[in-house]
Amino acid sequence: MASETISAAAASRSANADPSTVAGRDLRLLMVVPGLLVIVGLFVYPFIYGFISSFSPQGENAEWLANYQRFFSEPRLYETVGKTLWLALPVTILNVGLAVPFAFMLRTPSRGQRLLSTLLVIPMTLGTVLVAEGLMLYLAPNGWLNRSLLELGLLGSPLRLLNNYWGVALSLLITGFPFAFMMMLSYTTGIDPTLARAAATLGASPMEQFRRIYLPLLVPGLTITFCLTFVQAFAVFPSAVLLGAPAGATRVISIAAYEMAYEEYNWSMASTVAMVMGATQLVIVGIALGLRQFSYRGPVVGGKG
Amino acid sequence: MDFIRDTMLPRAWRWFVIACMVFFVINVLLIITSVLVSSFGTGWFTGWLPEQFTPKWYGEAWKEFQLQHVLLVTVEITLAVVAISLGVGVPAAYALARLQFKGKSLVMLMFLVPLLVPPITYGIPLATVLYQVGAGGTMWGVILANLVPSVPFAVLVMTPFIEQIDPRLDSAARVFGASSLTTFWRILVPLLMPGILAAGILVLIRTISMFELTFLTAGPDSQTLIVALYYSMFAAGVRAQQSVDAMAVIYMLTTMTGLLIALRFVDPSQLVGRVKSQKV
Repeated sequence: MASETISAAAASRSANADPSTVAGRDLRLLMVVPGLLVIVGLFVYPFIYGFISSFSPQGENAEWLANYQRFFSEPRLYETVGKTLWLALPVTILNVGLAVPFAFMLRTPSRGQRLLSTLLVIPMTLGTVLVAEGLMLYLAPNGWLNRSLLELGLLGSPLRLLNNYWGVALSLLITGFPFAFMMMLSYTTGIDPTLARAAATLGASPMEQFRRIYLPLLVPGLTITFCLTFVQAFAVFPSAVLLGAPAGATRVISIAAYEMAYEEYNWSMASTVAMVMGATQLVIVGIALGLRQFSYRGPVVGGKG
Repeated sequence: MDFIRDTMLPRAWRWFVIACMVFFVINVLLIITSVLVSSFGTGWFTGWLPEQFTPKWYGEAWKEFQLQHVLLVTVEITLAVVAISLGVGVPAAYALARLQFKGKSLVMLMFLVPLLVPPITYGIPLATVLYQVGAGGTMWGVILANLVPSVPFAVLVMTPFIEQIDPRLDSAARVFGASSLTTFWRILVPLLMPGILAAGILVLIRTISMFELTFLTAGPDSQTLIVALYYSMFAAGVRAQQSVDAMAVIYMLTTMTGLLIALRFVDPSQLVGRVKSQKV
C-alpha cells in the first residue's frame, strides 16, 4: 500500500520534471499563490478556527458540546433559526418567482432591457443600510406609501409596516429581487432563441414555448438563483435591526451571533451561532439541489456534475 | 376562442408584467427620493412635502458625524482594497485562464465559495481571528476582511477578459525571448487595461457598500461611511433625522458616481453570464 503511494508520487514528480514545459509553467503557476494565500488565510483558516472554537466553550471545565447544548436549549437562541427561515424562505420564493416571468419577457436584448437592468441595479448598489433608511421614511405612517393609499381611499387607517415582520420582508424584496432578476436574465438570454422559434413554427403559443422549452432548460439556473438569493436573505442583518423588531418577530440569527460576540464577548459561542447559520444554509441549499436532481430527467450535458 | 388564447392573453400578460416592473422601479425611486427630500426639509410630520427646504443639514451632518474623517478613512480603505485585490487577483486570474494544472478545479472552488457565503456567516469567525492577532478594530483589519470577497470577485471578473486575448500573442512574445513575467507585464497588462479598470471600479463600489464585514471588524477610528451611517441610524433620536438623511445622501452620491462610471465599462446583465459560462 505504502510503497504504491510512494511510487505513484515519484511517477507524478518525474512527469512534472519534464524540463521543456515545467520551467515556464512553474513560474506562471506562482501567480495564483498570493490570491490563494488570501483565501486560505482569511477565509479557510478562520472558518476552521471558528469550527474548532465552537467546540471549545469558554468557562471552567465546560463540555465540548456545551455551546451547542446552550443554543438548542435557550428559546431566544434556537428560535432565531425559525424566525430567519420564516423571513428568508417566502421572500426568496417570491423574488425568484417574480424574476422568471420578468426575465423571460426581457430575454431579447433591447434598449428597454438595458434601461430596466440599469434601474434595477440601483438598489443592489445602494446596499441594505441605505434601503433601510429610505424605507423608514417611505413606509412610515405619514410616509408617501400610506399617504397615497389613504388619499386613494384604499385604506381607512395607515398600514403598520415598520418595526415588524413586513418592513424587513419588504427590504429583502427590494434588495433581493434585482439580484434574482439579473441572474435569471443572464440564464434566459443564454438559451438559444431558435429553439423557441422552432416550437413556434410547430404552432406553440408563447405560453407553451415557455412551459415546454424555456422552463425545463431554466431549471439549473433557477436552482442556483434560488440558492444564492436565499443565502443572501438568510444573512439579513441591518434591516432586521433597523426596520424590524430585533427583540421580537425579526430577531434573526445574525443578531444572535452579533450579540454573542460584541455584547457577551463570548467569541466561541458566537462562532457556534455562525456555524449553525452556515449549516442551516447548507441544508436548504442541499434540499434545493436535491429537488433539482429529482426534477431533471433530460440527458446529462457536460458530464462534470 | 383561439384569438383570445393566442393573442389577447399573451398581450394582457405582457402588459401585466410591464406594469409590475414599472411599479417596482417607481417604488424604489420614491424610496430614494424620500431620503433626498427629507434631507433638505426643515420638519416633515404631515403633508406630502416638508414645510420648508434648507441645505443646513448637510453642514450639520458634516460636523456632527465628523464626515471629513470618515470619508478619508473610507477612501483609504477602499483604495487599499482595490489595489491589493487587483495586484493579487489579476495574476491569479491569468493563471486560471491560461494554465491547466492539477487541482485547478479546487482552486476555482476556493475562489468561488467566499462569494457564495454571506459575509456575516464567515465575518464572525474572521473577526475573532483578526482580534486575536491584534488587527481587529484597526484599518488593516478592515482592509484584510474586505479582501475576502474582493479578491475572488476580481478573479472572476478578470478571467473572461483574459480568455478573450489571443494566446498566440503570448507565444509570439515568447518567440522573441520574453520571459513569462515580461510577457505578463508588457503584453497582457496593457491589453487588459479595460478589464482591470472595470474590475477595479466594481471592487470599489462593493467595498464602499460592504456593510457587514466592515461593521464586524472596524473600531471607532476605522469606520467607513456605510458603518457610520448605520450607527447614526441605530442611535436615532440622538441627532435630527434630517442630518442622518443628509449623510445617507452623501453616501448615495459616492456609490452612484462609482456605479455610473462602472456602467460605462461593463454591462451588468452580461457579467453574471460571463461568470456562469466560466464556471461550466
